[in-house]
Amino acid sequence: MAIAREAEPVGSLTEVREFGLDREDLLGIYRHLLTTRGIEERGHILYKQGKIPGSFYTGRGNEAAAVGVATAMGPDDVGTPLHRDMGVHVVRGVEPWRIFAQFMGRMDGPTKGRDGNVHMADDRLGLIAMVSHLPAMLPVAVGCALAFRIREEKRVALGWFGEGASARGDTHESMNLAGVRRLPVVFICDNNQWAYSTPTHLEYAVEHIADRAKAYGFEGVVVDGTDILAVHREAKKAIEKAREGGGPTLIECLTLRMEGHAVHDDAFYVPKEMFEEWAKRDPLERFRTWLRENAEFTDEQEDEIRAEVKKLLNDAIKRAEESEIPDASTLLDGVFATPEDLDTPHHK
Amino acid sequence: MAEKTYLQAISDGLRGEMRRDKRVFVIGEDVGVYGGAFKVTQGFQEEFGPWRVIDAPLAETAIVGGCTGAAIMGMRPVAEMQFADFVSCAWDHLVTVAAKQRYRAGTPVPIVVRCPSGGGFSGGPFHSQNPESSFAHIPGLKVVCPATPEDAKGLLVSAIEDPNPVLYFEHKHLYRRIKADVPDERYTTPFGEARVHREGDDITLVTWGAMVYTASEAANQVAEEDGTSVEILDLRTIIPWDRKAVLESVEKTSKVIVLHEDTHTGGFGGEIAATIAEESFEHLDAPVKRITAPDAPVPFAPTLEKAFIPQVDDVVAGIKELAAY
Repeated sequence: MAIAREAEPVGSLTEVREFGLDREDLLGIYRHLLTTRGIEERGHILYKQGKIPGSFYTGRGNEAAAVGVATAMGPDDVGTPLHRDMGVHVVRGVEPWRIFAQFMGRMDGPTKGRDGNVHMADDRLGLIAMVSHLPAMLPVAVGCALAFRIREEKRVALGWFGEGASARGDTHESMNLAGVRRLPVVFICDNNQWAYSTPTHLEYAVEHIADRAKAYGFEGVVVDGTDILAVHREAKKAIEKAREGGGPTLIECLTLRMEGHAVHDDAFYVPKEMFEEWAKRDPLERFRTWLRENAEFTDEQEDEIRAEVKKLLNDAIKRAEESEIPDASTLLDGVFATPEDLDTPHHK
Repeated sequence: MAEKTYLQAISDGLRGEMRRDKRVFVIGEDVGVYGGAFKVTQGFQEEFGPWRVIDAPLAETAIVGGCTGAAIMGMRPVAEMQFADFVSCAWDHLVTVAAKQRYRAGTPVPIVVRCPSGGGFSGGPFHSQNPESSFAHIPGLKVVCPATPEDAKGLLVSAIEDPNPVLYFEHKHLYRRIKADVPDERYTTPFGEARVHREGDDITLVTWGAMVYTASEAANQVAEEDGTSVEILDLRTIIPWDRKAVLESVEKTSKVIVLHEDTHTGGFGGEIAATIAEESFEHLDAPVKRITAPDAPVPFAPTLEKAFIPQVDDVVAGIKELAAY
């Protein structure tokens, strides 16, 4: 028996309008979803072509969870998205050409070739770059919320983690501190059911990760992570609650990781039926159908958006390939910060 | 200028920065109502309130990780580890996130982690360690080990000003035992500049933290007994460390001892010795000598602990051996 609240699916356009999205917003969300998936599909091709060094990770199946949460954030809110959350970068405004430059290890990537794949962020857009150790960014998100609380700013921090990362102590320490101090933070669990090859029953013994929230003194919500409108509604509710001093919320977005851990992994350990079942709930297809049934979404509009995204990605790859390759002589630049580095809006 | 203990100097330095800069806040276990296990933040919560002197749950990862988040949002957090030994629980965060964020993501992390370190009072294996070399090995972290009250204040102010994560090791055995004049006004003590604790001509002794006083007693004794003149360099900061001062002193004396309370293998003394061997080989008249704790956990019983921590007699013996070489 679940302890967390199990969120209902979203129904009509009227309901969507009630939580603040108009038709333009909905088309924008669809564009973000297509861009997110497009970046990862094109990235995968570039990887196979040998144009991307290292390894390559995708968030296929998680696009709605990422875009749904990010579109609920306020302009001054901050977050620590992870490797299945490309959609957060897209929504916050990281230009796709810079993302491809990051994949390729070029100077115009957010990390200037210092780090690879989705280990990136643009702090001017309120994002903080993830590390491989999951969930190491949760304490950082809690610390952002602490700063907002100390300064009495109405801002909210979002911390992402996966169901695998829920097994580590950082998750516990972060949620406990956030609960004790009722900090303005929202925890987002991307539960894609597989931590590399490890299934959920070997990661946790409760029904839902979100059930744990009650033990930290705040609300837990489980939401279908393929239903972008339900994700958005729950994220919006939690973010605004945190902003108004209501403390943290843990939202668990249930999805399936539709590809391997990284592209080298064929995910042979995931039952075929599971993929087939979840393929029917593809988040993009699901939202597209909803738009057609509820928001008079026409073929012409869809073609227009698709053409726009295609051009965006084509131009982005071209521009990224022209980006400078890091010069070996810059190897040691930036190991230590200088006082000039503090000359940012955050540090004024 | 007034005479202050090492502990008062730390406390005054921190209080002064909190008065001057409202971005500075303190977080740690028992730092608020109780004033800290060693009373460094006594009276702080009354003055600055519960949101700038934050009693945290027992959770070092959340404390230090939280400082990183707050720092990225423009604050200047100072975390207190109740004992330096407990920084092991924040190790992952410090080396994985804080140390690398500037290099890989361009995001500076101006945090200070205060670590009451060192032994000498039967604290046992978990309340006595000197883990500075572990952090010195991590690119992106700065490591500070003040020995005097004046430096304790000045280095703390510098650490808070510094745009990087700084591990500030304050030696517990110096807290109330060491008193000296400390300027009342605000000042900074630069990182990477060694202090000549005692001038000498025959042997250079490089050290830091509480060992400065052990070295000093030993140097007095050999000066009296044999007329050997020992120059003591107090490094003050381990990262960055003052290579120039060390190499210049070696050039003058041609014999050198590196002394630290941390254990032997992988201790920072090895790095100093290797640098001297690489850079100053032709100036040496004897092999570089290391005097350190042995490779063992810090024991509890007074007899064992005394045998573990380098004592004045050990340093005297080392100086005599090197003088005779």
